[in-house]
Amino acid sequence: MRYILKKVLSMVLTLFVVSLCVFLAFSLIPGDPVTRMFGTEATPELIAQYREKLGFNDPLLVRYFRWFFAFLQGDMGTSYDYKMPVAGMLAEKIPITLTLAVMSFVIMVIISIPLGIYTAKYENGIIDHVISVINQIMMAVPPFFSGILLTFFFGVILKIFTPGGFVSYTKDLEGFLKYLILPAFAIALPKAAMATKLLRGSVIEEAGKDYTRTAYSRGNTTNAVLYLHVLKNAMIPVITFMGMALADMVAGSIVIEQVFGIPGVSRILLSSINNRDYPVVEAIIMGIAIMVLVINLLVDIIYRIIDPRIEVEE
Amino acid sequence: MKKFFSLFKKNKATGERNTFLLLGVIITGFILLMVIVGLFYTPYNPTKMDASAKLQGISFKHIMGTDNMGRDVFSRVMYGSRITVAIATFTILIGAGIGTIIGALTGYFGGIGDEITMRIIDAMLAFPSLLLSLVFVSLFGTGTYQVAIALGISFIPSFARIVRGEFLRCKNMDYVEVARLQGASNIRIIFVHILPNTVGVLLSSVMIGFNNAVLAEAGLSFLGIGAQPPHASLGKMLSDAQGYLFNRPSYVMSIGLVIVLMVLGFSFLGEGIKRIKN
Repeated sequence: MRYILKKVLSMVLTLFVVSLCVFLAFSLIPGDPVTRMFGTEATPELIAQYREKLGFNDPLLVRYFRWFFAFLQGDMGTSYDYKMPVAGMLAEKIPITLTLAVMSFVIMVIISIPLGIYTAKYENGIIDHVISVINQIMMAVPPFFSGILLTFFFGVILKIFTPGGFVSYTKDLEGFLKYLILPAFAIALPKAAMATKLLRGSVIEEAGKDYTRTAYSRGNTTNAVLYLHVLKNAMIPVITFMGMALADMVAGSIVIEQVFGIPGVSRILLSSINNRDYPVVEAIIMGIAIMVLVINLLVDIIYRIIDPRIEVEE
Repeated sequence: MKKFFSLFKKNKATGERNTFLLLGVIITGFILLMVIVGLFYTPYNPTKMDASAKLQGISFKHIMGTDNMGRDVFSRVMYGSRITVAIATFTILIGAGIGTIIGALTGYFGGIGDEITMRIIDAMLAFPSLLLSLVFVSLFGTGTYQVAIALGISFIPSFARIVRGEFLRCKNMDYVEVARLQGASNIRIIFVHILPNTVGVLLSSVMIGFNNAVLAEAGLSFLGIGAQPPHASLGKMLSDAQGYLFNRPSYVMSIGLVIVLMVLGFSFLGEGIKRIKN
């Protein structure tokens, strides 16, 4: 309990530092947001009036705390371009991006765990060599290109996938999930390749330890030993990687959404970066930051469950 | 030179050939050749449009076909690879350069400065590098130089961490003590005595870093952030080509293949170098 509490506390601290960095970075950029809001209609009086009204004349720290606490309450500010609350703009998009990331994660786990154990079991066999070459290639194919390749293969050759045929989850949940399968694969493949490689090494290392021999001598079959005894310990380094991979997948879906024309967070983020619509960029970055920190916390907790020996660092 | 070639022969002791190194040298050599030749000569002018030759397939005249504006894709790939390689190189120079200095100083001196810097670096490392570079791009604006700087900054933490580890390992070794007894200054110990001993580790991280930089640059320019037209880099070309996937697949495939080869070549090279050491 003390361990988890300490981790939560450190997460809150990091969140605080990250939010301060994000806020300062976007506040110190040259260019006045109010002038930016009015564009060509700006007059000095109007600007002065709105600067006062929106609180831009307050000290930086006051503005930071106002922004931070508003953010915690779900008020993410107002977009310069669309003149509407950022929270409302993102509300429909976030589930799409998250579904995509979670799906990719599930695909990665489903592929890499059996494959990692299999290649470790038949170390240096033909299939092990073939898979290690495929892995090396998979890691070199950027997700946006594998996305294009998948579209070509399933859309043009097999004709079982309609590119651009995205349907919203509010209309047709099944169609929505079906459409996301290919993009999820495109994101998951390179990560699955890395996870397989990592797990293979880890299983081989664990398989040489004493407890494995004990498990064998008690009459377990090879698969029982690998899946019930070795896997749990071999997963420890892999879980760190998978936690990072999940965070990467959220960022990776930004690119893949562009490839497959999925109207997730990506389109808003890119157009706000290009148009310097900072409140939107800030909100999205903070959203992803919070997600990354929560994932890290979960990884730490899972660690503790798998290996209770991990103690609180003093 | 003879020693260099002997690296590719079968190892007499184990009877194994360093296939990774061989493939890495061949592929990387091919890519670099394309970039270097592209500096002086391209088969066609990469920006010259030709309405009568739109979206042609692969032929002897255009070995990668032509794009939607009738430009020769191979010439454009030669030009685009140059930009991709240049940005990746610049990224590594910034990332490895500043990262090494930060890592060296924090690792050697330790203390409160080390503590604070490492906290910041850990926080940065927790974030996906694509996101980190997007943050910096949105701060600096879009464009070739901005992207190179943004990517460079987002590569600093990993280099700093690696170099710091090496310095922590080395700083209490005997040769450092001896240098200190001889009255060498801290700066001299850091840069003249310890730094050369970290080159091996640094080199393999540079290899991996270069790959990641190519992928990150391609990703950013695919999103339309990065080198702006007409100086298209490979990622931007790929996203332009994606629209013609159905009528001219060879256009997309050839560009994608070049990106894959570039990354694959360097990862083989890195793997091969690692195996020489063992």
